[in-house]
Amino acid sequence: MRGGRTGLAIQLVVLFGAALLVAGIAHNVSTNLARLGIKTGFWFLSRPAGFDISQTLIPYSDDSTYFAVFVIALLNTLLVSFLSIALGTALGFVIALARSSANGLVAAAGTLYVETFRNIPLLIQLLFWYFAAMQALPAPRTSFHLGSLIFLNDRGLFIPTLQFGHAFEPMAGAIVAGLALSVLLAAKARRWWAILPCILLPLAAGVYYRADIVWSVPQLQGFNFHGGVTVLPELLALTVGLSMYSASFIAEIIRGGIQAVSHGQIDAAKSLGLTRWQTSRLIVIPLALRVIVPPLGAYYVVVLKNSSLGTAIAYPDLILVFAGTVLNQTAQPIEVMTMTLLTYLALGYAFSLATSAVNRQVRQ
Amino acid sequence: MPKLSLRAAALAVCASAALFTFATAASAGTLEDVKARGVLRCGVAPNSPGFAAKDAQGNYRGFDIDFCHAIAAAIFGDAKKIEVSPLGLRDGFATLAAGGVDVLTHRLTWTFNRDNGTGVQTVAIVFYDGQGFIVRKSANLKSVKDLAGATICVAQGTTTELNIADYFRSRKIPYKLATFADLDEARNAYEAGRCDAWSNDRGSLAARSQAFKNRAEHMMLPETISKEPIGPIVRNGDDAWFHLVRWSVAAIIAAEELGITSANVDEMRQPTSSPEVKRLLGVGDNLGQKLGLSGDWAYNIIKQVGNYGEIFERNIGEKTPLQLPRGLNAQWTDGGLLQAPPFR
Repeated sequence: MRGGRTGLAIQLVVLFGAALLVAGIAHNVSTNLARLGIKTGFWFLSRPAGFDISQTLIPYSDDSTYFAVFVIALLNTLLVSFLSIALGTALGFVIALARSSANGLVAAAGTLYVETFRNIPLLIQLLFWYFAAMQALPAPRTSFHLGSLIFLNDRGLFIPTLQFGHAFEPMAGAIVAGLALSVLLAAKARRWWAILPCILLPLAAGVYYRADIVWSVPQLQGFNFHGGVTVLPELLALTVGLSMYSASFIAEIIRGGIQAVSHGQIDAAKSLGLTRWQTSRLIVIPLALRVIVPPLGAYYVVVLKNSSLGTAIAYPDLILVFAGTVLNQTAQPIEVMTMTLLTYLALGYAFSLATSAVNRQVRQ
Repeated sequence: MPKLSLRAAALAVCASAALFTFATAASAGTLEDVKARGVLRCGVAPNSPGFAAKDAQGNYRGFDIDFCHAIAAAIFGDAKKIEVSPLGLRDGFATLAAGGVDVLTHRLTWTFNRDNGTGVQTVAIVFYDGQGFIVRKSANLKSVKDLAGATICVAQGTTTELNIADYFRSRKIPYKLATFADLDEARNAYEAGRCDAWSNDRGSLAARSQAFKNRAEHMMLPETISKEPIGPIVRNGDDAWFHLVRWSVAAIIAAEELGITSANVDEMRQPTSSPEVKRLLGVGDNLGQKLGLSGDWAYNIIKQVGNYGEIFERNIGEKTPLQLPRGLNAQWTDGGLLQAPPFR
C-alpha cells in the first residue's frame, strides 16, 4: 500500500465510492419495496406461526411465535452440528491412527475411507443415507428392537427416557447448570468431587419442585410409537452422513499434525528413556496439537455450515424452517435472510473465538 | 500529482456512474415491456404433469401453460410467444416481484397473507382446488380422522402445513409431520415408507402421483379439508396489466358459457350472433382497445388455445391420466363456481 498523503487520498476516494454503491443499492431496494407495497420490519416475529415442526427441543404450541420458530430451528442446527463435530472428531481420530499404523491392511482401510468419503459430494452422501438406508429400515410394525425398550424403524429411533411432568423447565435448567458446573470444576480442580454438582443439583431440583419423574418407554400405538424419545430418521441420517464426511477431513488434519512432529523429538525422548506412552503424552500430543487446533477449529465452522444441507433430507434446521417456511409464509425475505446470515456469522465467529482460546492454551 | 488526480477522478466517476445506474427507472408498464421484448415470461410449478411439464419433445404443456399461451395470444396474436420458467415454492413470489417473470401461472393458492404484503396479487380464480390426503390402500383407512397418530409428508412453505395444523388441532387429532423442501421429495419419502399419508392440493396430488411406482397401491381419502382457490398472479402497482390478465381469464371462461369453441369461433364471429358474443369477438365493437390490445384479442385466445372446457379436458380432464372431474370448476350454469363477469 502506498503510504503518505497520496495513499490516504486514494483510500478515502475508494471508501467514498463504496459508500455511494451501498447507498445506491439501499435506495433502490427501498423504492422497489415501496412501489410493490411490501412492508419491512421485524414485527412479524411476534405473530403466531401456526404450523408444526417435526423436531422441537423446547415446548412448542399453536400460538408460539415466529421468534420461537427461529429459536427451535437454531437449536436444531446446533444439535446436529455438535453431534456431528463430536462423532466426526472421534471417528476422524481413529481413522488418523489407522492411516499412521504400521499394519498395511489397517493403513489401507484408512486410506480407502478417506478417499471415498472425501471425494463424494456431501449432498449425495446425505441423500444416500436418507433414501437408500431408509429403504433398509422396516415399518413400525416390524421394527428392529432391543428387548422392548429400544426400537429402530423407518420412522426413527425410539429410546426410553425420564419425563419430569410439570417440572420440565427447572429440571432441565438444573441438569444443564449441574453439567456446566461439573465441567468447570473438573477443568480447574481436577478432583473426583467435580462430578457431584451434576448429580446433586438435579436431585435437589427434583425434590424441591416435587417433579413426577416417570420412566417413559416407547410403545406402538396405531401408526407410530408413543412415549420415550424419538430420534428422527432425518437427524439420524444427517448426523451419520455429516459425521462420516467430516471424519475424512478431520482424519487428515489430525494425521498431518502427528506427522508434523519431527522424528528428532521422538528419538530424543527414546534416548531419555521415556516409554512410548510417555513419549506420546508428553512430547507428541502437545506438539501435534499446535498444528492440529487451528485448522480443526476452522473445519468445525465448515461442519456448521454443511449442516444446512439437511434441508435436502427434511431436517428442520435454520434454513428449511426459518429461511424456508417462515420466509414463504411471512413474505419478508430481506429480514429473514438477514437474520439467518447474521446468525451463521455470529456462530462462526463464536467458533473462531473458541478456537483461538484453545490455541492459546495449547501453545503454552 | 497529475497521476493522483487522474486516478482519484477515475474512481469518483466510476462510483457516481454506479450510483446512477441504480436510479429508479421510470417504470414503463408491464404490457409495454412485454410488447417490446416480444415474448411473455411465465413462472410455473416445476414438473407438475397436467399443469406444467415438459413433453417428450421438450415442450411445456399443461393447464397452467395454456393460460400463459392465452395471454400471449391476446397480446401478440401468437400463442407461441411465451418463455416458461419453472419456479420453486421459495422463488415464485420473489421472482415475480423482482421482475424476473411477467405473470405466475402456478399452483399457488390465493390467501390473505399472500395478497397483502408480498408485493404481488392474485388476479382471478381459474381452478378451485382443495387439500386432500393420499394413503396406502393396504392401511384400510376410510377418513382423515383415521389418521390419528400418523405421520404426514408435506412440502415446506405451502398452505398445506398450515391447513393440517388448523384441521387436526381443532379436532384434537394427534399427528406427526415430516416437512420436505419440495413436493417431489415429499412424495418420494411417503412412497419409501417415511410417512403414512401425503398431503397437498388434490390437483397437485393427482399430477404428481403419476410418478408412483405402483399407482394402484395408493388412494385419495374422500375429505377435502380446505379451500385452495388458484389463479394467475401479477405484481402490485400495474393496474393495466392486472386488468389485461383478469379479462383474458374472463374471456376464456365466458367463451365456454357462450358456447364458443376453437372449432366454431370463426362461424360465431358473424353479425348474426348474440350481442355478447359479438362484443367478445370484436364484431362491431372493440373492447380490446381499452386493454391496450387489438380488437381480435379474445378471438385469438379462443382460436389458438380454446375455451375453459377445452383447456380443462385437454390437460387434466377425464380422458387424461389425471382424470379430474370438473366438480367446482364447472360453469355456474352447471352447478360449479366459474362465472365470468359480463362483457358489457
